Amino acid sequence: MSIGSEAVTASGVNPPAVTAVHVTKRFGATVALDDVDLTVQPGEVHALVGRNGAGKSTLVSILTGLQTPDTGELAFGGRPAPAPADREAWRRVVACVYQHLTIIPTLTVAENLFLNRQTESSGVIHWPQIRRRAADLLDSWQLDVDVRRMAGELTVEQRQMIEIARALSLGARFIILDEPTARLDASGVTRLLNRIRVLQQQGVTFLFISHHLQEIFDLCDSVTVFRDAKHVLTAPVADIAHGELVDAMTGEHVAKGEDPRRPAPRDTAPMLTVSGLVTTPSVAKLSFEVAAGEVVGLAGGGGSGKFAVAECIVGLRRPVAGQIAVAGARLHPGSVTAALRAGVGFVPEDRHEQGMVADLSIGENVTMTVWDRLTRFRVCLSPRRRAVRAQQMIDRLGIVAPGPEIEASALSGGNQQKVVMGRAIISTPRMLVLMSPTAGVDVRSKTALMEQAVHAAEGDAGVLVVTDDLDDLRYCHRVLVLFRGELRAQISGTWDDATVVAEMEGVDLGNDRPGTAPTDGTGRDDD
Amino acid sequence: MTEVITAPAPRSTGVAVARMRDLALLPGIAVIMIVGAFSNKAFLTHGNLIDVLDNFAWISMLVLAEAVILISGKLDLSLESTVALAPAVAVWLTLPKSGRGIALLPAAWAIPITLAVGLVIGVVNALLIVRFQLSSFIVTLGMLITLRGIETGISGGQTFFGFSSSMLYLGATQWFGLPVGVWLSVVAFAIGIFVLSLTRPGRSLYAIGGNLNAARAAGIRVERILWLVFIIGSLLAAVGGLLYAGKYASIGADSGKGYIFTVFAATVLGGVSLNGGKGTLFGAFCGILLLYLVQNILTLAGVSGYWQDALNGAIILTVLIIARVTTGEAQA
Repeated sequence: MSIGSEAVTASGVNPPAVTAVHVTKRFGATVALDDVDLTVQPGEVHALVGRNGAGKSTLVSILTGLQTPDTGELAFGGRPAPAPADREAWRRVVACVYQHLTIIPTLTVAENLFLNRQTESSGVIHWPQIRRRAADLLDSWQLDVDVRRMAGELTVEQRQMIEIARALSLGARFIILDEPTARLDASGVTRLLNRIRVLQQQGVTFLFISHHLQEIFDLCDSVTVFRDAKHVLTAPVADIAHGELVDAMTGEHVAKGEDPRRPAPRDTAPMLTVSGLVTTPSVAKLSFEVAAGEVVGLAGGGGSGKFAVAECIVGLRRPVAGQIAVAGARLHPGSVTAALRAGVGFVPEDRHEQGMVADLSIGENVTMTVWDRLTRFRVCLSPRRRAVRAQQMIDRLGIVAPGPEIEASALSGGNQQKVVMGRAIISTPRMLVLMSPTAGVDVRSKTALMEQAVHAAEGDAGVLVVTDDLDDLRYCHRVLVLFRGELRAQISGTWDDATVVAEMEGVDLGNDRPGTAPTDGTGRDDD
Repeated sequence: MTEVITAPAPRSTGVAVARMRDLALLPGIAVIMIVGAFSNKAFLTHGNLIDVLDNFAWISMLVLAEAVILISGKLDLSLESTVALAPAVAVWLTLPKSGRGIALLPAAWAIPITLAVGLVIGVVNALLIVRFQLSSFIVTLGMLITLRGIETGISGGQTFFGFSSSMLYLGATQWFGLPVGVWLSVVAFAIGIFVLSLTRPGRSLYAIGGNLNAARAAGIRVERILWLVFIIGSLLAAVGGLLYAGKYASIGADSGKGYIFTVFAATVLGGVSLNGGKGTLFGAFCGILLLYLVQNILTLAGVSGYWQDALNGAIILTVLIIARVTTGEAQA
């Protein structure tokens, strides 16, 4: 594998590995990319950052030829992009390692590496030769994996490396890594970053997408920031300060209006007590409390484990260790029924998977947690009572629907989310756990949904909002930030968004920001 | 979500287990042979073993077809109706009125017509499943009922008999001391094993069944391959129908009825995954062979025919449990 000859420094005379000029992409009324540019110099590791919805994934689809831009030009190494239908040609210029891996778990590593090119033409496959070529390929990139293993048995880290090796063997020297570290633990991240550095020295160019800004400062040469479908800046990483990058991602926030929070409760008893919680074997113990009448945010980026914590509280997941108590009564671990009985109401992370039954009516969905209260003589369900209760929730949440008998699947995303919220609050819970309660919802629905959380807290319930959405966190009295499973910071009082983002991304802005109280010993151990 | 990286699994054991699964039924077959030999003197005789193979030839074609389709991540329930309909259409068109036919075509056309019917059924299945993206379970369930109904319709619920020599040939002739059907079965499996393990189209079945999107991303023409899979599957079922018709010298509304469950059982016994992407044709071959050997022993032992179904079911469950325990793989 000699590719060193092509390797040049970032400032070399070779044409850029990638240029995208004036790229615009619309999906219906939504502008996913608005006249953006991207230039990646050969041999560099170029970071692409932006908050959710900034247009990163759309750009990746366009750069890998899976979608065609409405307007704009693409070029790879100075040559125009291949025709959209010519998948083979695309695979020779660019490869993307996605979060969901494109490896076939039931086939061996060797076969995955040479999938659909086991032979030169249509001849007979010579397995020993394939295995030898696969082993040589992995050797040349210093990957130590038995090529006879089933790909499904490999770790995420190994599978990623197999995908990268496959791309390289196809001739691609430009590789997009789409949040490659999201599913890795700390040592896995370190190993991956080291591998990328080695490949970079051998002339491979990377576009590196990550929510963890520290990785970008550790690894990348330059960085491009997208915000709200627009290109914001491109700069060498060495020239940009952590704070600037965070500011570029969050932007100047529109006038926030008044603080939506009610005064924090004083000296109320804890409604939720989490002590020594261990969600998955490798993370540290986590302890915190939510007081009655308090709205607490649990924030963190992908891989922070915040949803695992929430799922343990509501019983969707069985913790490895630790105790959870609601109003002083310990919950039976891993039982949703026990949690509901103890007065927990919750909005699950994935509304389609866990939040609602799309083919049932709004009324049936919204009253699902209280069916037993709608019965006559505790036996037969009364459709009339159900309709009354459901109509109350429809009015209270402002669900736009002709009536409770409409199927939930007929509603818009925002209204569906309200149905899920309705299901959580209809039982008047003492402890409300909201996981990404406003995901994929427009601004007005967002406000309506979060007002319900505030309303519940006014009724002396404890509220835990599990999200990485800064707008939702504005409603919180306190924000706990998780980073890779550990409680990194507690933020209270008033704070600016940059502080929360910096903690979520794992970067250090210095200690002059207001409101931050880093918890001890939780900073990331950078090598 | 947090997903924790587990320590690398021990290296070679995984490879060894994967290999073993393909050969897992061989010891079982050996045990059955020994048990059979001791339990009944008639078991190991030439005549009896030929008999087992003769019974098994037609259904082995369905097992081959189902294994190929399951590996590609789909399924086909209609095979058992194709077994009856394909030869039934052929004899209906070629037989004189006395044999309940309409004598539209000369008898020599019987075999080509049978294969053509198989081809058409495969095309319809593929059209609905691949082109129109319908669930293969529901489509082939509908086809199972429809095809059986067409057979009943053209035959008026009666049995076709009095076949021409060409229809009888495959099911009733022996080459070198073995029924032609057995030769056909062995050759078809040999070709299948070769294609599925040593050619690119064959390997692409595993890729499609294992992860369809990854297969597409690797440049595999997923739709084209799946079309071929369904057409070949139905063609094999039509050949199975020829063997059946020849062996029993008749085709009726009940021919092959209910056998799709035996086909599935044998295929899964042989290590083919219902989720696709996994298993070998050799394993499937061993699966159906094992089932028929056990059945033969039970028959020889004088087990009442009324109890055979119960025992068959129990055998399938037992082998599945053993496979689950020994390989430690969930099949859900």
